[in-house]
Amino acid sequence: MLRSPLTQLLLALALSLIAAVTLPMSGAAAATFRFANQGDALSMDPHSLNESLQLSVTANIYEPLVGRGKKLELIPLRATSWQATAATVWRFNLRRGVTFHDGTPFTADDVIFSYHRAQGDGSDVKTYVQEISEIRKIDEHTIDIVTRAPFPILPDVISLWYIMSKSWCERNKATVPVDRRKGIENTASFEANGTGPFRLRAREPSVKTTLVRNLNYWDKTIPTNIEEAIFTPIGNASTRVAALLSGEIDMMEPVPVQDIPRLASAPGLKVLQAPELRTIFLGMDQKRDELLYSNVKGKNPFKDKRVRQAFYQAIDVNAIQKVVMRGAATPSALMIAPGIKGFAEDLNKRLPFDPEASKKLLTDAGYPEGFEVGMNCPNDRYVADEEICKAVVAMLARVGVNVNLAAETKGTYFPKILRRDTSFYMLGWTPGTYDAHNPLNALMSTPDDKSGRGQFNLGAYSNPKVDALTVQIASETEPAKRMALIHEAMQIHEDDIGHIPLHQQALAWAMKSNVDTVQMADNFMFLKWTVVK
Amino acid sequence: MISTAPDEAMSAVTRMGSRLWDSDIGYSFRHSPVAIGAAAVALVLVGSAVFAHWVAPYNPFDLATLNLLDASTPPAWSDKGSVKFLLGTDQQGRDVLSAILYGMRVSLAIGLAAVLLSLVVGVGLGLLSGYIGGRLDAFLMRVCDVMLSFPAILVALLIDGVLRAALPRESHGEVAFVVLVVAIALSGWVQYARTVRGSTLIEKSKEYVQAARVIGVSPLAIMVRHVLPNVLGPVLVLATVHIAAAILTEATLSFLGVGVPPTSPSLGTLINKGNEYLFSGEWWTVIFPGAALVLLVLSVNLLGDWLRDALNPRLR
Repeated sequence: MLRSPLTQLLLALALSLIAAVTLPMSGAAAATFRFANQGDALSMDPHSLNESLQLSVTANIYEPLVGRGKKLELIPLRATSWQATAATVWRFNLRRGVTFHDGTPFTADDVIFSYHRAQGDGSDVKTYVQEISEIRKIDEHTIDIVTRAPFPILPDVISLWYIMSKSWCERNKATVPVDRRKGIENTASFEANGTGPFRLRAREPSVKTTLVRNLNYWDKTIPTNIEEAIFTPIGNASTRVAALLSGEIDMMEPVPVQDIPRLASAPGLKVLQAPELRTIFLGMDQKRDELLYSNVKGKNPFKDKRVRQAFYQAIDVNAIQKVVMRGAATPSALMIAPGIKGFAEDLNKRLPFDPEASKKLLTDAGYPEGFEVGMNCPNDRYVADEEICKAVVAMLARVGVNVNLAAETKGTYFPKILRRDTSFYMLGWTPGTYDAHNPLNALMSTPDDKSGRGQFNLGAYSNPKVDALTVQIASETEPAKRMALIHEAMQIHEDDIGHIPLHQQALAWAMKSNVDTVQMADNFMFLKWTVVK
Repeated sequence: MISTAPDEAMSAVTRMGSRLWDSDIGYSFRHSPVAIGAAAVALVLVGSAVFAHWVAPYNPFDLATLNLLDASTPPAWSDKGSVKFLLGTDQQGRDVLSAILYGMRVSLAIGLAAVLLSLVVGVGLGLLSGYIGGRLDAFLMRVCDVMLSFPAILVALLIDGVLRAALPRESHGEVAFVVLVVAIALSGWVQYARTVRGSTLIEKSKEYVQAARVIGVSPLAIMVRHVLPNVLGPVLVLATVHIAAAILTEATLSFLGVGVPPTSPSLGTLINKGNEYLFSGEWWTVIFPGAALVLLVLSVNLLGDWLRDALNPRLR
């Protein structure tokens, strides 16, 4: 009936070709998962910057000895089991049969190498290995970690210290971490060799990072069906929202606070929200005798507690929560969130918002006309970071303090403030150990560059009593006594107004409805638990 | 009666005004509703921008007067709006109407300064090129050709970027205006140069120029005193239209974030900031500055159009 048998044959071939091409696409679901953030992971080197996004992206490629589970409980990753065999000694048994992405086996030598790398020059994660004095190799798959003093929370602390391959680092001249402060790069920023469920296939800084599934991953029970994951930074908030709405990406975070209701009600999309364990606060330079960026000459206004208190009381965090964060924040008087071990409700009472009291304090301190000071702020790291800073600037202007705001991308912001090249800055902090000792040590102890203590205390707030208590807290094993010590240390810091806490921000992740993932309270997103249905 | 100096000045102005009013151009103006309309709109916009200090209900740059709790108020006629803020407020609590007036001031200042600089450079080079001729003329015209092959925005971006990289970071705020004016001016001088060169070539061969040369007037004096007044006609039309283009270029650069510093926003900056909130329903922070920009540019363009038609001898 149709034309010649040849035409029929060709037609049948064409149809079957089309079917062969289209059918697998509809059945296989996820090959590629595209996700975006407001900023980029600044490097693929897991020791180069202690920043949640970088650690979260590299957590798919590298692994620590001990990791976090879906409810933030400790889970064995590189190590299969651990126990304290003596007051300062922990025996870790390492997982056997694990290979790095390049095929070399994972052994104790890699752990010892990673320890030296993480506590050496250029490392930004010294705080996680600070209490370790040495690591002894017992055999290829067993090590002893020796701490300076009894340190009962060691397994909690090392969950963000990732293990790298000794042979790979030596071959690629990456034995020293990329130093963000000095801007020294090496291969580890652009290539990676870990033991995680994903391999790094391509890295274009500020453009695109491509991860592919590691089919030799030791854990065959992980639920993910993602074969390729593409991460892009999209700084502009409306572009990010548009990208998700148009289907160009499958997931993005953070959702700009003004768009949360819209995305939550959009068809085919969903928004996951939860309180985050991150506290946003302002820090002030309290060490220098004269501020770097101020018109006050010959003295440092921030050294006077009255000035710090004046700043504190000039800021209306409730207005910020209502207007800037649109409710997605919890005002806080402490540097830690309610989910962190050591949080005390009785200490969480802010000084009242009182611009008149503020002006009086400034006059008493000798600044009746106020003064000028420079402020540094990121614009692509925290939720509404630049908007919060602008609001703070306006509130301080009302009490006579003239703030020159410099808001910039975190790529230039972090190196600057980590060098302590600032007078007044904003920072956010999630204790990677979910325990108050971490911020007491990293944020509120007197800075000591060699040991890594106070590495993120960028204003150099210093109170020897807090330092002494922090050391005690590290080795105190009796829980009730430990809590009491933490309470005392936090009270001293709060009375000193060492920093100005603002609030805990809330997480908002937006994704297509067919994406299933686990929203960790520390804002980490593990691809291994992400399923695209 | 005794006439005093102010009286004499006033009468001189009145005489000039009535001469203008009764002239051909005045006639054309009076009988063109478009021109009158455009002039009225432009006058209102420019006037309120120039006198923003007195006209604007608030000073949007005085941080001490901002109240965060006023933020994101919709325009006065919607519910939740308030007559305190006629066109609503932005996310910091700034009154949109005041921000537009002050922003227009910045936009106008930069636009006018850029056009002026453009005029000086373009007319000067065009005169030189046309009068002297020879190799200088060839060289300058090739330069013009090269510059014309680039889009103006690209040239402005390039110059802006190079100057920013060359200058230290801390002084960016102060020099941003100068950098912007230079960048826009250097991207637009070419059309003046070519127009003036063409007119100069024509005037050069006329008798009055030859006569001046014979007497021994210096070339510079000939160019400025004899040729220049005769070539300015079309240049004025170009300049009027160019003002609109310069304002738009400045708005584009500010929108892209490489224009004026955020402490003294122009209309472009306002549109950029407001754009992020368009999706979430706060349309007034971007629509009103955008409408102001459109009105301003449109009225100036229409005036330029009318001027070109009025000065065109073939249409009279």
